[in-house]
Amino acid sequence: MNPILQTRDLWKAFGGLIVTKNVNLSLARGARHALIGPNGAGKTTLINQLTGVLRPSSGQVFLDGEDITRIPPNARVHRGLSRTFQINTLFPRLTPLEAVTNSILVRERKGLNIIKRRVFGVSRRVNHVDEAYHLLEQLNLAKDCLVETHTLAYGKQRLLEMALALAAKPKVLLLDEPAAGVPEGESDELFAVLNSLPKEISILLIEHDMNLVFNFADRITVLVNGEELVTGTPTEIAEDPRVREVYLGKGH
Amino acid sequence: MSEKLSRASNHLTFLRTLERWKPAEIVFWVALVAVQFVFPTSLVFASQILITGLFALSLDMLLGYAGIVTLGHAAFFGIGAYTAGLLAAHGWQDPLLGLVVAGAAAGIAGYLSSFLLSRGGDLTRLMITLGIGLLLFEVANSAASITGGVDGLQGVAVGKLLGLFAFDLYGKTAYAYVLVVSFLLFAFVRSMMHSPYGLALRSMRENQVRALAVGIPINAVLTNIYTLAAVIAGIAGALLTQTTQFVGIDVLSFQRSADLLVMLIIGGTATLYGGFVGAAAFMMVQDRLSNLNPQYWQFFLGVLLIVMTLYLRGGLLGGLGRLAALCKRRRDKERS
Ligand SMILES: Nc1ncnc2c1ncn2[C@@H]1O[C@H](COP(=O)(O)OP(=O)(O)OP(=O)(O)O)[C@@H](O)[C@H]1O
Ligand SMILES: [Mg+2]
Repeated sequence: MNPILQTRDLWKAFGGLIVTKNVNLSLARGARHALIGPNGAGKTTLINQLTGVLRPSSGQVFLDGEDITRIPPNARVHRGLSRTFQINTLFPRLTPLEAVTNSILVRERKGLNIIKRRVFGVSRRVNHVDEAYHLLEQLNLAKDCLVETHTLAYGKQRLLEMALALAAKPKVLLLDEPAAGVPEGESDELFAVLNSLPKEISILLIEHDMNLVFNFADRITVLVNGEELVTGTPTEIAEDPRVREVYLGKGH
Repeated sequence: MSEKLSRASNHLTFLRTLERWKPAEIVFWVALVAVQFVFPTSLVFASQILITGLFALSLDMLLGYAGIVTLGHAAFFGIGAYTAGLLAAHGWQDPLLGLVVAGAAAGIAGYLSSFLLSRGGDLTRLMITLGIGLLLFEVANSAASITGGVDGLQGVAVGKLLGLFAFDLYGKTAYAYVLVVSFLLFAFVRSMMHSPYGLALRSMRENQVRALAVGIPINAVLTNIYTLAAVIAGIAGALLTQTTQFVGIDVLSFQRSADLLVMLIIGGTATLYGGFVGAAAFMMVQDRLSNLNPQYWQFFLGVLLIVMTLYLRGGLLGGLGRLAALCKRRRDKERS
C-alpha cells in the first residue's frame, strides 16, 4: 500500500539558512512514526510545510497519493491532516467545550445548511456538542470544559491541544512535542491518550524523551541539520552508530 | 432517550444559557420602546443615538467578534448615507428602498476593500482602513457637484414610510422607524454571533493560527464579516440621512470613525450591547458638557478614556457584569 503521507525532495531555506534539505519522508498507513533530532534540526519547520503553514522552497507533499503542496492549510485539514503545536496555540477566551465544538462544526460544515450555520445557536447542534463533550471526557477534560481556556492548568492545555486536533477526525495526526513543558512523570496522562488512539489514525510524533519515543514508535526518523540522517525500526535506530554520535557525541 | 439525557446535561445547558435572551435584554428593548412615549420631545436626539448604536454594533462585529481593527469604518456609514441621500434627491423617495440600496452599496464597497485587509497584521489594517477613509472623504469633498461637498447634500426629500407615515418634525415616525430597523438587524446579528459561524469568528479573533489549523478559511470569513459589517454600517448611514433629510460630509470623517471606536470601547466590545450603551453614554455626556463649554467635553473625554482603559476593562458592560457577579457571590455567601 502507498504511504498515507509522503514528501518528495522537500527543500526549505530561510535566506541562506537551509532548514529542510532534500527530505523524503514516508508515513505508512497506521504508522506510529517518531521524528527525532536535536534542537533546531528543523522538525517543526518540516511539520509547518506538511500542514501548509510554510511553503517549501522546492519539492512536494503528498497526502494519500495526492499532491497537496499548493493547497492552503485549512483545506488540508478537511482532507484529513491535523496537527498540534509545540507551543500552546489555543483560544484563550473560549471554553474547551466551545473550542472543540468549533472544530467539529467546521469539520461538518458541509452537512449544515446556511440557516443552521448562521442563524441557529450552537446549542441546537446537540449531536455535535455531545460529541465534543465525549471527546473532552476521553481526554480527562470534562470537568474543565466550561471555563475559559486561559484559566486551565498547563497540562490540561496540552491535552486540549490534542482534543482540537482529534476533533477534526484526522487520517494523519502530526504531534509536535505534545508533552513539551510537562514535568517529567506527568506526561503519563498524555501518552495514555496517545496509545489509546485507533490504528486508523496514522501518527507522526516529534518528541525529545527517548523513553517515550521507544515505547511509542514502530518507526523512527532522525533529522539532523534539516537532513534525514536515517530512518528505521527502533532497534535499528538504537544500534545505529551515527545516531549515537549525534546524541552522545555532544556530551549527553 | 439519549436525546433526553443530553437535554439534561450540563454542557448543553451551559451553551443554551449563553444563547438565551436574558431578562436585562428584554428590559433594554422595552425601555427603548418606552422612550417613544416618555420622552416625546427628545425623539430626534434619541434616533441619532440609536443610529450610532447600530453603527457601533457593526463595528463590534469586526472588532469585538472577529478581532479586526479598523479606523475607517465611517467609510461605509458615509457611503450608505450618500447613497440614500442621492436616491431621495433624485426622485426615489421610498425609505425602505433607500435602506436596501444603501446597504448594498456599502456592502459592495466592504467586499472589495476586504481583500486589502486579508494580508497583514493589526497595524497594516489600521493604516489601510484609515487610508480608505481619508480617500473617500476627499472624493466626496471634490465631487461637490454630486455630493454638495462641504455644504452637504441638499434637497433630500424622503417619502412616507410604507406610503403611510410621513417623517414629522418631532421625530416620532423617525424614532419608531429607526427602532424597528435597529431591532431587526440586532436580532439578526445576535443570532449569527451565537451560531456556528459566530463561534468560528470568535475563534479567529482568539487565535488565527489555530483557527486555520482547525480548518477555518480565515480569509474567506474575513471578507464575509467585513462585507456584512459594511452593509449594516451603510444602513445606519442611510437611516441618518432619511431621518435628518440631509447629508453632511462629516458622515465620512475620520472623527466619526474614531468616536465610534471610543464609544464601543466605553460600552464594551463583544457584548452586542456595548455599542448602544457606549453611544448613549458618549452622546448624552457630550450633549450636556458641550452645552456648558465645549472644552469641558474634550478634557472629560480624555480623562474618561485613560481611566476606562486602565481600570474598567470590558467597558461599562464589562464593569456591570463584574458588579453583578460580585453581588451574586455576596448573596450566595450570605445564604450558605
Ligand atoms: N521563520 C523563520 N525564519 C528564519 N529561520 C527560522 C524560521 N523558523 C525556523 N527557523 C530556523 O530554522 C531552524 C529549525 O527550526 P525548527 O523550529 O524547525 O527546529 P526544531 O527541530 O523544531 O527544534 P526544537 O526541537 O527546538 O523544537 C532553526 O535554526 C530556526 O532558528
Ligand atoms: Mg520544534
